[in-house]
Amino acid sequence: MSGFGNAFSSSIGKKFIMGITGLFLILFLIVHCGINALIFLDDDGLKFNIGAHFMATNWIIRAGEYVLFISLLVHIFQALRLTLQNQKARPVKYAVNDGQANSKWYSRSMGLLGTLLLIFLVVHLKDFWVVSRFTGIPTIDANGNENLYGVMKEKFQDPVRVAVYILAMVSLCYHLLHGFASAFQTMGWNHSKYNGIIKNVGVWYSIIISLLFAAMPIAVYAGLIK
Amino acid sequence: MSTGNMNLTLKVWRQKNNKTKGALVDYKLADISPDMSFLEMFDVLNEQLINKGEEPVVFDHDCREGICGMCSMFINGRPHGPKDLVTTCQLHMRSFKDGDTIVVEPWRAAAFPVVKDLTVDRSAFDRVIAAGGFISVNTGNAQDANNLPIPKMQADAAFEAAACIGCGACVATCKNASAMLFVSAKISQLALLPQGQPERYRRVQSMVAQMDAEGFGNCTNTGACEAECPKGISLENIARMNRDFASAKFISEETV
Repeated sequence: MSGFGNAFSSSIGKKFIMGITGLFLILFLIVHCGINALIFLDDDGLKFNIGAHFMATNWIIRAGEYVLFISLLVHIFQALRLTLQNQKARPVKYAVNDGQANSKWYSRSMGLLGTLLLIFLVVHLKDFWVVSRFTGIPTIDANGNENLYGVMKEKFQDPVRVAVYILAMVSLCYHLLHGFASAFQTMGWNHSKYNGIIKNVGVWYSIIISLLFAAMPIAVYAGLIK
Repeated sequence: MSTGNMNLTLKVWRQKNNKTKGALVDYKLADISPDMSFLEMFDVLNEQLINKGEEPVVFDHDCREGICGMCSMFINGRPHGPKDLVTTCQLHMRSFKDGDTIVVEPWRAAAFPVVKDLTVDRSAFDRVIAAGGFISVNTGNAQDANNLPIPKMQADAAFEAAACIGCGACVATCKNASAMLFVSAKISQLALLPQGQPERYRRVQSMVAQMDAEGFGNCTNTGACEAECPKGISLENIARMNRDFASAKFISEETV
């Protein structure tokens, strides 16, 4: 008989799941952002297409894709469950509640920011993932690789889409600003010698990742890169 | 800050009992001394209400010197009012201005049902403590203190956790009505000391299970509890509890 009991169903256990999946998604963003940043090499997307081809064909990456989608779904459903429970924990709301006196607005708005990101994800997956996995990338580049960069160039001619992507990256930045350090706190990784490092790395990570991602549609739309 | 006496408008939550709905009721108060405590201001209001033949406002209070944890008012959107590190009884009217409107509500949480007006039932906290917030020792003579050397840092951290007066401001201010700061302080004050070790992993599991059973919300690390705690209980305690909980569930071979 397993002795794990309510390890994952208790309030703290549910938070462990949020933290673990969140940290995995944070690691994923580094890989995603790193490969996408190859477009800034200004080589008409040749290196980027090599990266994209590797990500699409390597079996470890493909297996990791399943882990990624599972993490994402678990993160979303667990957040929904926790939010519903939290709402039940305060059935009568305060007439006056001065939240900004004691906490950051984005810490209190993770659900809203997450929902915005989820809406963005639907758009984003339709724009690129569905094309590369199912409907097919229409052109090939000079190396003979599928030209995902070409798809990117085409999609980001639309200023509305560019605006949606930028707004989503603002949401992402604030979501990460809370989520990064929060995941460490939830896992119990709080230590006076490392707290400052965790906090600073979290802030820089959130800003750099979001800025780099936001720079991609802007650079393509403005024709700053070939 | 006011120097002369003040005229105030109070919006106070009045609720007959847990079965009925409550509402904010307006009261005008004149000539309030800035040197009064917030509770003394309520005493003035209640005397006026009694003289008019109305029901006085029911609120919790006991020591009125900031150490018992009984007073519990949510003032202008913050537990224990606008000042840091004070309880409602230690809040003085000089922290408000002449002509201010002050909204006073009870702690709001499913686990803290309203008894009447501003008084809520906080016995959920007692049941969390009863689930494991103690050490089991045989009675007898106290041991020589030098038998149990405790590093100074450890002793200080335990003492800081033990400063929790169990007022429930953490639950009241948390957007999720989570009791993590209270429970973690009560776990930490024992987990940090040698006397707390034998039951350390049993305790964290029992107390967290009771906390969940009482219907408190889940922590989302907003830090509001730490910011509003009148005793400055640190979020480190929550991390320690989470760590102990993980150790208990995944490493300890003892099951509860």
